[in-house]
Amino acid sequence: MHNPVFWAQAWFVLLSAMLAAYAVLDGYDLGVGALHPWVAKTAEERRVCVNSIGPVWNGNEVWLIAAGGMMLVAFPRVYASGFSGFYLALMAVLWLLLMRGIAIEFRSHFANHLWRGFWDVTFGLASIFLALFLGVALGNVVHGLPIAPNGYFQGSFTLLLNPYSLLTGLLSLTLLLWHGANYLRRKAVGTLEERAQRWAAGLWWAALALVAAMTAATLALRAGIGANFLRQPWAFILPAVTVAGLAIGFWARRRGREVAAFRASTMVIVGLLGSAAASVYPALLPSTLDRRDSLTIFNAASTPHELFTSFLANIAGMIAVAFYSYHVHRTFAGKVQLPPPGAGHEY
Amino acid sequence: MVFADRIQFAFTVMFHYLFPIITMGLGFFIAVFSTLHVVTGEEGYHQAAEFWARIFAISFAAGVVTGIPLEFEFGANWSQFSAFGGGLFGQVLPLEGVYAFFLESGFLGLFLFGRGRIGRIGQWLAGLGVAAGSLLSGYFITAADAWMQHPVGYRLGPNGQPVLASFWQVVFNPYAGWMYAHVISGALLAGSFIVGSIGAFYLLAGRCQHLGRDCVRAGVIGAVVFSLLQIFPTGDIAGRDVARYQPIKLATMEGQFKTEPEAPLAILGMPDARQGRLLDPVRAPGLLSFLAYGSFSAPVRGLDSYPRDLWPPVNLTYYAYHIMVGLGTVFIAIALLGGLLLYLGRLERSRWYLWILMLALPFPFIANEAGWVVTEMGRQPWLVYGLLRTAAGISPNVSTGEVIFTTLGFAGLYLLLGLLFLLLAGKVIHRGIAEEEAAPHPAAMPSPEPPRA
Repeated sequence: MHNPVFWAQAWFVLLSAMLAAYAVLDGYDLGVGALHPWVAKTAEERRVCVNSIGPVWNGNEVWLIAAGGMMLVAFPRVYASGFSGFYLALMAVLWLLLMRGIAIEFRSHFANHLWRGFWDVTFGLASIFLALFLGVALGNVVHGLPIAPNGYFQGSFTLLLNPYSLLTGLLSLTLLLWHGANYLRRKAVGTLEERAQRWAAGLWWAALALVAAMTAATLALRAGIGANFLRQPWAFILPAVTVAGLAIGFWARRRGREVAAFRASTMVIVGLLGSAAASVYPALLPSTLDRRDSLTIFNAASTPHELFTSFLANIAGMIAVAFYSYHVHRTFAGKVQLPPPGAGHEY
Repeated sequence: MVFADRIQFAFTVMFHYLFPIITMGLGFFIAVFSTLHVVTGEEGYHQAAEFWARIFAISFAAGVVTGIPLEFEFGANWSQFSAFGGGLFGQVLPLEGVYAFFLESGFLGLFLFGRGRIGRIGQWLAGLGVAAGSLLSGYFITAADAWMQHPVGYRLGPNGQPVLASFWQVVFNPYAGWMYAHVISGALLAGSFIVGSIGAFYLLAGRCQHLGRDCVRAGVIGAVVFSLLQIFPTGDIAGRDVARYQPIKLATMEGQFKTEPEAPLAILGMPDARQGRLLDPVRAPGLLSFLAYGSFSAPVRGLDSYPRDLWPPVNLTYYAYHIMVGLGTVFIAIALLGGLLLYLGRLERSRWYLWILMLALPFPFIANEAGWVVTEMGRQPWLVYGLLRTAAGISPNVSTGEVIFTTLGFAGLYLLLGLLFLLLAGKVIHRGIAEEEAAPHPAAMPSPEPPRA
């Protein structure tokens, strides 16, 4: 029951799945936020954009908050090293999350175009930078960090904003814009839907180019990164999901294929994150100084007993969250219908 | 430097906690008004519940966005603490997000958006869910803090680090139970005063009389119940737990410098840590011994029996404690006076009392925050009591300058957020509810606000 290897692996899979779920769920609302300054031309269209994610964005962020807390209990040294090492960048992300949440929740309280304009720009900019920074963070994890023997590293912006992680940041922004456009196609009608569809069609090409560039850059940067795949060939299913997602995405660019298009971008995101997880395994924060200083799921883990109890306690809750999340998305499925003025809570 | 990290955490957590006070307190009253609506069928209670849900929604949003940074500060600013206690402290912390937060946000969405979709009983259940979620949320956070106050459920591992021995002991820490009861009772007391205070404002302003009357009554009844619960049993037993588990905190709170039997309770006085005595004290003889240990002759250990480097900050802990208790006493007086006026049927006509009730609004917030200052300051110099010193918990790779910079960033953002909150809550209160309760379309009524675009 308290097999240390098993529970460390179980937590690795659970945390990877949590982050993938977060990227897919918060990904589309970040994408809608980043895209809406360009696709929504009128006040009403902007309201449709915000209302399309209004009832769900908060629940989507729970996946990030829960993943953060689970990282603390399962891999405390990774939590300690990662968040302190990325100190200023992390604080910037927290402030962006804060401003974005305020913008979504407070924009509707005054029917004044200056008030709403300010919050809409805040919402757009915060979403763009979050999509970019989350990709930069992930790029740095794959790239590796100068982790010292004491398990810590000193992050600086020049260190974190290296060419490789900027490329992954750009990929993240592009994928989430595409994902958000696909989501908006399902939620909007009329000219807004048409514009979202046009953007989605264009962004598919950008996503394809960047996925190819990122794959090439990763192989050039770390030649041995494919070793896990060769050891465990079943892991090739993860990049295959990405390729299949891109193929379905191409086919689904046409009108009337909204659902397939959204599934396609979901598959690409899940496939890429899964591939990233499979290629760094068992490291969580690889060290660029000495491979032996990397923080792995074995040397950074809590005790097997701690892993076991927290896994059970959290997985039970996450099943409930997933069920609830599914139900909320079903309740608010379909095209956005703006509530009439004064009909209670709105965005 | 540990001081900068402490300032940052204190500032961000105290600002954040203003909002959970509101949501825990108002969640209860939303549930009460919804229940009254279901039982009596009166539309006024429904309007009261919806009115408070609007304030709740703004507070909830502010609470969510200010709560997220706290979790990540453990890793960013307190990384050695995270690495040291993550496997234990972390057993409860994520459960708040996983179990309580989604319950709260989910039911709030149903409550706010569900009008006309889920029916009266459905909306009532959603109101109860909101209240339950916010109270459950409080438990996990209190239990996480209780582990820092009184670490349990662990044994020492091979390298001297605590490792988990019992999950259930950590989740149901004996220290957490009464502490939680005291925290919740404090939040419900604040909720009572918020509801009563805004109700008093409406009665005094001559607007929304029905809502004002319901709120003043509910607020006064709540204030009577929770101000008494705050002293006994929750405050009393939480205090005994402090005496049992953290006697040095008790000595600091009470300004008890000397170890003595028949220790007096210091009601007033200024502690002088250098001279080791209380200046100009007003004392009740033997009462501290009785309150702490149930016997007037029981000896109480004073600060003099501990080495100086184990003393918590004396002045801050002492004054925060006396502000909390002093305000608690004032709350009982205001509550009992209101209860008497309600019994005599003169509550709504006593304008002088309504003024007192209205102006009392900020003080429960001060008392709640002061209580946490006592808890956390009195724990110093420990981060995890007896196991890890606060200075040993900070991040080795984060400079003081970075911490000061980000603290200033939080200060600016929270100033903006605080002003926005006051603006929006003020707007909801200013608008009130439509006076014509029987009107089918409240939106058609003349309103000071232009219709929303």
